[in-house]
Amino acid sequence: MAAVGEGRITYDARGLAEPRAEAPCIAEIDGTSASFDAHDLSTRLINLELRRLLYEEGITDVTVQNPGAKHSVGVGILTRCRVTFEGSLGYFGCGLIDGPEIRITGRVGWSACENMMSGVVTVAGNAGSLTAAALRGGDVVVHGRVGARTGIDQKGGTIIVGGDAGMMTGFMMQRGRMILCSDVGHGLGDSMYDGTIYVAGKVASLGIDCVPGEWTDADTEFVERKFRIHGLGSPPELQKFVCGKKLYNYDNLEPSERKLVL
Amino acid sequence: MCGIAGLIYADANGGREVGRDITRMLQSMKHRGPDSTGYALFGPRSSSYVMRFTLADANDPRDFEFADRIRHHRFLVEQRLRRFGAHIHEIDEETEYAYRVTFDYDGDLKQLADLVEDVPGAEVLSLGHALEIIKDLGDAESVATQYELDGFRGTHGIGHVRMATESDVDISGAHPYWAYPFSDVAVVHNGQLTNYFQWKRRLERSGHRFNSECDSEIIAVYLAEKMSDGASLEDAMRDSLDELDGVFTYIAVTEDALGVAKDEMAAKPLVLYEGDDMVALASEEIAIRAVLDREIDTYDPFEGEVMVWQR
Repeated sequence: MAAVGEGRITYDARGLAEPRAEAPCIAEIDGTSASFDAHDLSTRLINLELRRLLYEEGITDVTVQNPGAKHSVGVGILTRCRVTFEGSLGYFGCGLIDGPEIRITGRVGWSACENMMSGVVTVAGNAGSLTAAALRGGDVVVHGRVGARTGIDQKGGTIIVGGDAGMMTGFMMQRGRMILCSDVGHGLGDSMYDGTIYVAGKVASLGIDCVPGEWTDADTEFVERKFRIHGLGSPPELQKFVCGKKLYNYDNLEPSERKLVL
Repeated sequence: MCGIAGLIYADANGGREVGRDITRMLQSMKHRGPDSTGYALFGPRSSSYVMRFTLADANDPRDFEFADRIRHHRFLVEQRLRRFGAHIHEIDEETEYAYRVTFDYDGDLKQLADLVEDVPGAEVLSLGHALEIIKDLGDAESVATQYELDGFRGTHGIGHVRMATESDVDISGAHPYWAYPFSDVAVVHNGQLTNYFQWKRRLERSGHRFNSECDSEIIAVYLAEKMSDGASLEDAMRDSLDELDGVFTYIAVTEDALGVAKDEMAAKPLVLYEGDDMVALASEEIAIRAVLDREIDTYDPFEGEVMVWQR
């Protein structure tokens, strides 16, 4: 068993700070649920313990106490399970996940849920910048406020934000939906290709080629369904914004280029 | 990348352990910048001045005459201080090349600092009634040990871990920067300024000296010059959002205030904790957790924000 904080830092081709670390095996297991205290564990040991429980012990419900805003915690979980972090996560929390249902009782730092494929992440507190960057699928629900460039390069899924959002929210959005329940900073949806952004509060300014969209019954159905699923009550009155499709011109390519694209 | 941190206590009667706390914050952000570490700490205000200066850089080659040269230059500094009317109380050797001197003086600060820096190899790191800037190569724990900062008690402070991108890895290029020659003003900065040369030339024309090639050095002097013209710290920082180009989050401190400014692209991170006991801010929340080991509520200020806390 690797003791906490021990192990000399040596070179490792994979770039791991603790290449020989093993799961600390400290979790208290009760049937299919387990919990452990992460206060004295490094990022790598927390992730190893999570993997051991989820992949080897067949646990489906894990509670992690005192994550202490450490970076890169809960990344790369590729199985259906339920994970609760009792506290805050640092940068890159819950990135690259596929399947889990994660609840964070504190806040998250920059780039939480980046490149997430599917599942649900609920953050009770605030989130930093670049939240759900390049999101591919699943739902990310932040009850507090988020920093700048939320959902940059979003390719699918849904982002719901309860508090204010910073500048350049939805920058280069390509698909998916975003529901922002309060005010939004400058440059909303700048250079977006596709997708839909719903805003309840004031928009400081729209980004290039982001335009108001026409509300349809499908929008009402979608918003109500998401609010119902996540227990958010009745949705506020929302404005809809979509891509104006003036910025990109796929149809105007040279014939030789068109072959490359298609 | 660089990491910055700041801390101001709500109630600091008799001083709190600001040296120890900032060290903990900086050490937890070592991954953001392992090259050098710096502190700007405010001890109890005294009627005397306290000056921190170096006579060589940490990585200067140690030739045969190194020790003799340092001794001689230290003698020259003391001699110049006395000749210029400063009444020296104490001079401490912190390392073989870094010194702390306290003295009484009522003349012009710029002339005095210029005279000290005229000694070959000398650089004034800080000068004021309460401000002390300590910076050296290595991580926070090694600098804190070297300069015995664990026992430093004070009211507020800022710190910086540096990953050198724009200039050399040496003490001159390390943050924080003192607003030479304005007493008790210092700045730490995370980012890059793109109109650095413009501002450097502009400030040099009005008589300011710059000792490094580091872009962050101009922020301190820029702010202090505005404040000496009567602007408040907050107004000076607001002006900087328009007048400084590039990406930045910087923290500025004066004797009785601590302020933070974030550029209008919100390109550089900052996490803020405002509690009853203290305001703590850093590039990463993990640094704030290093001094507050409990669940806390924090948030990221938005773009173009300026916030100032008075002591």
